[in-house]
Amino acid sequence: MNVSRRGFLKLSGAVAAVSGLGISLKPAAAHAKELKIKYAKETTTVCPYCSVGCSIIVSQRDGKVINTEGDPDSPINKGSLCSKGGSIYQMAVNENRLEKPLYRAPNTAEWKEVEWEWALDKIAENIKKSRDASFKRTNTKGELVNRTEGIASVGSAAMDLEECFTYQKFLRGLGLVYIEHQARI
Amino acid sequence: MTNHWVDFKNSDVFLIMGSNPASNHPVSWKWIQHAVENRGAKIICVDPRFTQSASKAHVYAPLRSGTDIAFLGGMIKYIIDNRLYFEEYIKHYTNASYLVNPAFKLPGENRGVFSGLKNGKYEKDTWSYQTDTEGVIKKDFTLRDPNCVFQLLRKHYSRYTPEIVSKITGTPKDKLIEIYKLYGSTGKPNRAGVELYAMGWTQHTVGVQNIRTMCIIQLLLGNIGIAGGGVAAMRGESNVQGSTDHGLLFHIWPGYLGTPTGSLKTLAEFNEKRTPKTKEKNSLNWWKNFPKYSASFLRSMYGTSTSLEEAYQLLPKLDDGANYSWLQIFDDMYKGKFTGFFAWGMNPACSGAHSNKVRQAMTKLDWMVNVNLFDNETGSFWRGPGMDPAKIKTEVFMLPCAASIEKEGSIANSGRLMQWRYKAVNPPGEALPDGDIMSELFFRVKKLYLQKSGPNSRAITKLTWPYGKFEGKHFHYNPRAVAAEINGCFLQDKTVENPTKKGEFKTFKKGDLVPTFAWLQDDGSTSSGCWVYCGSVGEKGNLAMRRGTKDNSGIGLYPDWAWSWPVNRRIIYNGASVDPNGKPWDPRRAVIKWDGAKWTGDVPDGVGDPGKGRPPFIMKPDGVASLYGPGLADGPFPEHYEPLECPVEKNLMSPQKNNPTIKRFDKPGVGSDLDVYSGVDTCDPRYPFVATTYRVSEHWQTGVLTRWCPWLAEMQPGMFVEMSNELAEERGIKNGDKCIVRSPRGEVECTAIVTPRFKPLVINGNDIHQIGIPWHYGWITTKDRKYNKGDKKAEVFTFGDAANLLTPTIGDANTMIPETKAFMANVVKKEVR
Repeated sequence: MNVSRRGFLKLSGAVAAVSGLGISLKPAAAHAKELKIKYAKETTTVCPYCSVGCSIIVSQRDGKVINTEGDPDSPINKGSLCSKGGSIYQMAVNENRLEKPLYRAPNTAEWKEVEWEWALDKIAENIKKSRDASFKRTNTKGELVNRTEGIASVGSAAMDLEECFTYQKFLRGLGLVYIEHQARI
Repeated sequence: MTNHWVDFKNSDVFLIMGSNPASNHPVSWKWIQHAVENRGAKIICVDPRFTQSASKAHVYAPLRSGTDIAFLGGMIKYIIDNRLYFEEYIKHYTNASYLVNPAFKLPGENRGVFSGLKNGKYEKDTWSYQTDTEGVIKKDFTLRDPNCVFQLLRKHYSRYTPEIVSKITGTPKDKLIEIYKLYGSTGKPNRAGVELYAMGWTQHTVGVQNIRTMCIIQLLLGNIGIAGGGVAAMRGESNVQGSTDHGLLFHIWPGYLGTPTGSLKTLAEFNEKRTPKTKEKNSLNWWKNFPKYSASFLRSMYGTSTSLEEAYQLLPKLDDGANYSWLQIFDDMYKGKFTGFFAWGMNPACSGAHSNKVRQAMTKLDWMVNVNLFDNETGSFWRGPGMDPAKIKTEVFMLPCAASIEKEGSIANSGRLMQWRYKAVNPPGEALPDGDIMSELFFRVKKLYLQKSGPNSRAITKLTWPYGKFEGKHFHYNPRAVAAEINGCFLQDKTVENPTKKGEFKTFKKGDLVPTFAWLQDDGSTSSGCWVYCGSVGEKGNLAMRRGTKDNSGIGLYPDWAWSWPVNRRIIYNGASVDPNGKPWDPRRAVIKWDGAKWTGDVPDGVGDPGKGRPPFIMKPDGVASLYGPGLADGPFPEHYEPLECPVEKNLMSPQKNNPTIKRFDKPGVGSDLDVYSGVDTCDPRYPFVATTYRVSEHWQTGVLTRWCPWLAEMQPGMFVEMSNELAEERGIKNGDKCIVRSPRGEVECTAIVTPRFKPLVINGNDIHQIGIPWHYGWITTKDRKYNKGDKKAEVFTFGDAANLLTPTIGDANTMIPETKAFMANVVKKEVR
């Protein structure tokens, strides 16, 4: 019998129900106990690196990622992953992740941890100041252009589709025309 | 990609050129190998370096970086000379038969340029078609008229003989012929060939034309639209297809709607200008629907709170002919044009060509917002190599965001497949999803403009943002709501005629999701954020979440796995996979089939009822694919030009050395003092080697994520320069020696990897060396930099800085994608000058 890992989990989950048949499933149950993903909650994701779009199963327990592995159901990768895709566990479980907003004041030599509220308020004020100072209602030909010339943006193909749409909405609403990202390079 | 990843299993011949999928899209190799094992497919790999893909190929040939058009131009000549082309296909489905203006001149008869070149720009009047009194394009279906596209194509590439191609590319003549013959074998209806490219083709001053040359080959061989065929643009990021679809580029709104310019004063003028017209009576000309898509996009921005006209007026306009792209941004930034800058999920201090210029440019800003998962060379630019923080005024905000498994949402892979990702865990510490961060910023800016006056403030205050809700002070962004808005909905009750069944009507209620983009309206009664995604969310929910694994097609379409744009079609242009009577060219590999009453198989593309004469390439105004492409800036046929920086004095093909329509940043009044090149007019002995950049499997892009993952950093710990045994001997370099790679713009320390994977190329009788460097590194994860208290320190350090410190500010004539795959450099052992 060809049992995939997911199929195996389904079988082992059925141990209690069928044990009344008098068949000993102890070896299988013992094996299942050893799996590190026992009691884990599984969700699926798609690899954030290249554009093949391999599916990955993420197992978490108590809010911590405990395992990531290729998703055998995906018709694209059928469970396979490359070195990068196989490492996304380390992107979530990584003590070097940024956990607080950082601020570098002009002409200083270090980062300071700051509160979100403070940082977002200050950025919003910066946006308004730069926008108001550089806003061009008309160009040199007198055509209505309604654009902010003093702010540029790059990014990002690393965001989700929904975020990409929302981000362009934000930028175009502000009047930006200097909008670029990874696709250009 | 025209097709999709699993479709590789249907191919007979793979041409891997301009890419290295075995290293950079590793899982795609599963399907390449499947084709080799199950149908005896052959792999051709053409690359300056003997790559991992080359090691698995049946035929490998080297070529000099930047000479792909010469190589492929020779293939076009071979295909035509040996009548390997698919005659019926090109007659019916391409513009081969179209008659061109007799005044049009080819480079072979016009000193290396097409007719109409004036001050670095083409005036295209001679590139037009001959038309009859009704304006219909004149055609010669015998393909014999000397002015027909097919004959012009033959004439143009008659100059690309194996002898001259070999002298330019350095590819041995016998290898050229072997490859031309093998790939040319896919011109038969029962054979399929696919080309796989990536940044190895785009990052050139002739990038678009590299790809055009291949498109011409694929059309000549009838390989577009069929299973196992197509052109596979293997993109470098998991969602760069999607971010492009959603218009995060200066020149397009979401759904490839060209951004308006100031001269288009009203929405009507904009629609008129952007909607193509045709006199070809059988052509469907799908883009005639442009006004429906522009109106629906405007509604997705402002809802019904403004009129369509006001929405159009509120949004920013470009100047006609002006460029606002990447290289221009950093040029303008260096000149102090910007006070503010967002580097959102990007690391331009390493990813931007001429990174020294990019890093200097950022010192001119008043403020920068950098959103990322880890500390990086962009956010921390002010403390990078050679920087004096005390002299840098830029205020920097580094905002921590959630990783892909710490939020939910969808991404689109290269095969246009939109797949949903679920949230597994919360982001660490106070990190937030990007959607939350941009929403928080939006509401704050909006509040400021409601409180205080400012120019054109309605553009901000009227934007709709029904994307979640406030819980306490914090806004929680809901990607499912955004996905529905991207799909689109009806904004009022409306009865609409079924676009596919005349006389049948359907009534929609306000708020109903629009079933597909064919139902979108131009009167403001529908909203849709990006028309190509219309159909992704509907009565059956968000189709990107689907996990069905059935494949009745037998060719790996898997139509119930997630959802692909447009309308869940898996192979685009599949209307060209059948003959004009609806019969598949290859019945064993049918993509679609006419069963007498309806089409079966994949979602059909461009077909009407069989035999009615509709040409299938409906996104082209005339309905046929372009062997002749007058829309481009640098010529209707690709012509070989040398990279801007190159090791040869002359272009052997013509007196015109470089692409005549590129923007040179070293010209007075154009770029900056930092924009210097080498080897442009004459060879520069200080920089004698062709250099190219590439990737390794273990890192991604600038390494902004992967350098912080110890497993990956350990496997590929640092910057190296790969060179041939011959070059190493000439320079006294041994494997493992520390070296300096230098260009006129900067230098990078590298570890030497001396291998037979590079060999000197014989270019017009001279030995030319090529070197290669990966581009994944940066100073932030190195051991020897200065660390402040509280700084994050990589668990496994990496070595070396960005390859882009060496690359030039020069871009493709059409796209301005930088030429980072072919530039000149030197390599010396460290401490030797």
